Amino acid sequence: MLSIRNLHAEVEEKKILKGINLQVNAGEVHAIMGPNGSGKSSLASVLSGRDSYRVTNGQVLLDGKDLLDMSPEVRAREGVFLAFQYPVEIPGVSNINFLKTAVSEIRAHRGLPPLEAREFLRLSKERQALVEFDAGLVNRSLNEGFSGGEKKRNEIFQLAMLEPRLAILDETDSGLDIDALRIVSGAVNKLRSADNAFIIITHYQRLLEYIVPDFVHVLYDGRIVRSGTKELALELEEKGYDWLKETMQENATAQQIVI
Amino acid sequence: MSNAGTTLYDKLIRAYEERPPVLATEETSSLSTRRGKAFEQFREKGFPTIKDEDWRFTNMAPFLKDAYDISIPELADKSILKELIRKNTVEGWDAYQVVLVNGRIDLSLSELPGEIGVTVRPLAEVTHSETFTHYAGRHLQTEGYPFSAANTAFFEDGLFVEVKKGIKAEKPLHILHLYTAEVPAFFQPRHLVILHSHAELHFMESTACVKGEAAVLVNTVLECALEDGAQLTHYVLQSGRKGERLVSHTQVSQARNSRYDNVTISLPEADLIRNQLQVTLDGSGSECHLYGLYLPNNQQLIDNHTLVDHIHPHCESNELYKGVLQGSSRAVFNGKIFVRQAAQKTNAFQQNNNLLLGDKALVHSKPQLEIFADDVKCSHGSTIGQFNPESLFYLRARGIGEEKAKEMLVQAFGADITERVSSAPVQKHLEKHLLRERPVTNLQDVAHIEHI
Repeated sequence: MLSIRNLHAEVEEKKILKGINLQVNAGEVHAIMGPNGSGKSSLASVLSGRDSYRVTNGQVLLDGKDLLDMSPEVRAREGVFLAFQYPVEIPGVSNINFLKTAVSEIRAHRGLPPLEAREFLRLSKERQALVEFDAGLVNRSLNEGFSGGEKKRNEIFQLAMLEPRLAILDETDSGLDIDALRIVSGAVNKLRSADNAFIIITHYQRLLEYIVPDFVHVLYDGRIVRSGTKELALELEEKGYDWLKETMQENATAQQIVI
Repeated sequence: MSNAGTTLYDKLIRAYEERPPVLATEETSSLSTRRGKAFEQFREKGFPTIKDEDWRFTNMAPFLKDAYDISIPELADKSILKELIRKNTVEGWDAYQVVLVNGRIDLSLSELPGEIGVTVRPLAEVTHSETFTHYAGRHLQTEGYPFSAANTAFFEDGLFVEVKKGIKAEKPLHILHLYTAEVPAFFQPRHLVILHSHAELHFMESTACVKGEAAVLVNTVLECALEDGAQLTHYVLQSGRKGERLVSHTQVSQARNSRYDNVTISLPEADLIRNQLQVTLDGSGSECHLYGLYLPNNQQLIDNHTLVDHIHPHCESNELYKGVLQGSSRAVFNGKIFVRQAAQKTNAFQQNNNLLLGDKALVHSKPQLEIFADDVKCSHGSTIGQFNPESLFYLRARGIGEEKAKEMLVQAFGADITERVSSAPVQKHLEKHLLRERPVTNLQDVAHIEHI
């Protein structure tokens, strides 16, 4: 579904991604872990089309189409969804109207007519229940005055409404208490299918106890330095990121000696 | 005598001097004295220029060049007027419709209130009355306000509204000011609204101009007097066309415990809109709430000058004006608040926020507070910014196209103002107009100053 090849990107002349390779197939859940500043959120930003990032090399294909060539809205319509680490508050834009517009635009892109009001309402109620999202919040301004947990749940509610092919969760677990974490993970597990895929970016292993990944990748200094199965996350948790940094430095030193 | 040479100025001076003596003698002595004084002020100073502090950023010169006709032209075809009325009617709003054509009430197009205690009449019919003498010009300034002076010297007619003591008008008034002109025309309507003690009234003014190219310059003066405990809600929707220039001066005088709510929405199209809104809080416990939204486009200019004068203790004023500027448009916000020495325990707030969308758009924002009392709560502020790029990205990341996303953000920005309108049908009507006039957001990225 998604294939990232030798992806290099920079922000304000600073090299952030230095050659990412990743293959994500339908039905898979990939976790991306790594210390702060390793480039995890930058990868999410580049994939979703945030314009402060400049891709300097490499390729990203979504079902064979050049993703990097698309505007953020076209990526979303093609099925890419980013659950934001810091969802923005937009006073004056109602949550539900915003979703209605988003659903209509995505459907139009797929050649489908807008949902009937009643059908939209039914879908919205059903998906609200999935993330235990307070109906009162649905009619409020987008994220305005929401708690950190409510904002994150709103992201997952939107995910449930928009049914993307590829969902990227950028540190969705940060700022969530244990109950909210359980609800969010439960929703993601229900939304997992053979047709979609998830990239879960997280700093901690905790979330992966609830959403069990098929693959775990460790990002360090703009590269994937290790890939493995869910056991890799446990090993990281146990030994910490310092362990990783030390092994990386040892490798680097070893390489220098060889040279 | 700075612009004594302008055609309009010369025409007005000549008209005053040549007016039939009968007109002058028909009026009460107090009115003719006032006219005479105002005329001298106007004759001496003429129309304002950019050398006048209050007009620094609003150059009237280009709008005074046309060969304006100062005698009110014949009415246009009523069917055209009816079409204009239909367009400006607020759907689902049960209101008396009062139609003024070129500044005079047209009874055949109006439905005047039949309620006891609520009077709507042509102003010309009451200028002899004691009520008029008592209320008109009480706080209205003409010295230093050339348009107000000209209007006072020359006005012939307009609207008179009176709500008697203790009467709460059951139905609101929708006042439609329609202008028609086949040649350039200058109008000076004059309106007076009086609410006696504990009276209540809602009214909305809509301004519209019959299609055409001819320049239309309107110089309106509206005076509102609120006696003890009176409550007046006043909505203003200004929409126009190319060639239209609207200059207005509104003076509100508030006695004890009265409340005045104003929402002014200025849509694009008119060449120039200049609003002078002055509120005199002339009794303790009185409060006013002033909201404005202005949306100039292309080469248009919208200028809002407001003044709130706190004279007595325990009064409150709130003010929020927001602007969305496109194209090469310009806007001016100048908000003055005076808190006089006796006005202890005053609450006065003022805010002006601007969204600059056109890369050649320009806004002059000048909030001013002058406080002479020491126990007050006052604040003022001003922002000028762009779209928040993070908000825009968030909407786009959900599949919403860039244009649509910008439109949503502009509407959200204006919602702060439209939400102040308590009547649901009016709110809907305003939003519909906003949507129709929705900004053509063809902006390039301009270095942002501050995100709103």
